[in-house]
Amino acid sequence: MSGHHHDHDHDDVDAGPAWSDVQLRVRALESLLVDKRLVDPAALDTLIDTYETKVGPRNGARVVAKAWVDPAYKQRLLENASAAIAELGYIGRQGEDMVVLENTPKVHNMVVCTLCSCYPWPVLGLPPVWYKAAPYRSRAVIDPRGVLKEFGLRVPEDVEVRVWDSTAELRYLVLPQRPAGTEHLSEDELAELVTRDAMIGTGTVAPPAPKAKR
Amino acid sequence: MNGVHDMGGMHGLGPVEREPNEPVFHHDWERKVFALNLATGFIGKWNIDMGRYARELMPGPEYLTTSYYEHWLYGLELLLVEKGLITAEEMRTRRPAGPAPDGLRVLRPDDVPRRLRASRAARMDDEIPAQFKAGDEVVARTIHPMGHTRLPRYARGKRGVVDRDHGVFIYPDAHAAGLGKQPQHCYSVRFNARELWGDEASPRDAIYIDLFEPYLEPA
Repeated sequence: MSGHHHDHDHDDVDAGPAWSDVQLRVRALESLLVDKRLVDPAALDTLIDTYETKVGPRNGARVVAKAWVDPAYKQRLLENASAAIAELGYIGRQGEDMVVLENTPKVHNMVVCTLCSCYPWPVLGLPPVWYKAAPYRSRAVIDPRGVLKEFGLRVPEDVEVRVWDSTAELRYLVLPQRPAGTEHLSEDELAELVTRDAMIGTGTVAPPAPKAKR
Repeated sequence: MNGVHDMGGMHGLGPVEREPNEPVFHHDWERKVFALNLATGFIGKWNIDMGRYARELMPGPEYLTTSYYEHWLYGLELLLVEKGLITAEEMRTRRPAGPAPDGLRVLRPDDVPRRLRASRAARMDDEIPAQFKAGDEVVARTIHPMGHTRLPRYARGKRGVVDRDHGVFIYPDAHAAGLGKQPQHCYSVRFNARELWGDEASPRDAIYIDLFEPYLEPA
């Protein structure tokens, strides 16, 4: 198991002999494609760098925070999400046709892709492993409340849970409820509070921890 | 196809396992599989629906016991050979036996931002009359195609209500099979949880599924 360093448990899934097999298989495929001049190694590095360092859930958090402080923006976002999100510069692959789902005291939205791993890349980056894995994909539609409970979210019986299965080319972003007691926060500070899971609908946004800092 | 990738409603696949502060990639080979898929995809020999279908063709037992980027690797190896960028012999030996076909548009680093931002345009401008509108009651057809489809098994034969018409999009079932774009309306259809799962489900909850017009018939 040379050449990588992670302390967490999930590595066990990949840590057996299969891990070095797949590593070798990929390395050999990469050199074959480079030798055949089908890929430019520098382009691979640019692609990786883009999704590792430039695109991620901070983008979506900025969309959410703006919607919380700017009612006209929120309206545009709910009416034409693709255009409103593009106003902030977040466009492109796997985010061409966006739909924003507003959580309210009566409706809780959550997003899944039961068939593969569809996810709004420009606003959330690449999906976490759990979103792409069998347990979430199988259970989110048949037992959404049970899944949400495992995420620490107890949805009251009188709140409707809506699960959105991304089976086509629409990509969904949940607009979570703005937590109480955040009236004094700036848009930037609000964006700091917004989590990836809140924008998938498997979390909510917590008010800022009462720290002595401010 | 009725593959294991169509997971909605299955039992016994374990608890959702989350990882605090998860990295974007866990291993360098995952980075490479991701980037190789995108870079070779941009050459334009296959479309995203063919890409999804290729991953679905991974044998079920293997699909369930491998990680996500291994699915991507499987699909990539399949498409590289099927679409003629690599010969089967080259794939087996991992050694080049000759030059790649002429005239290919190989992705360069300077092109990356533009190519990622340029829409793939799954949405089409075709003016096609819509068979359904918001509020219409529909039934998802009971079909079991051997090819690629985006109608999940758990919705087939079930009754729902059109929530909205998203507009006209490339029809993935045809596109994956190399039969062209065959644009179709795509609707968000609301299914009550109890219609899908019976009385154990919450009477209040609903599942919204994006479904293409050929998947639907009037209720």
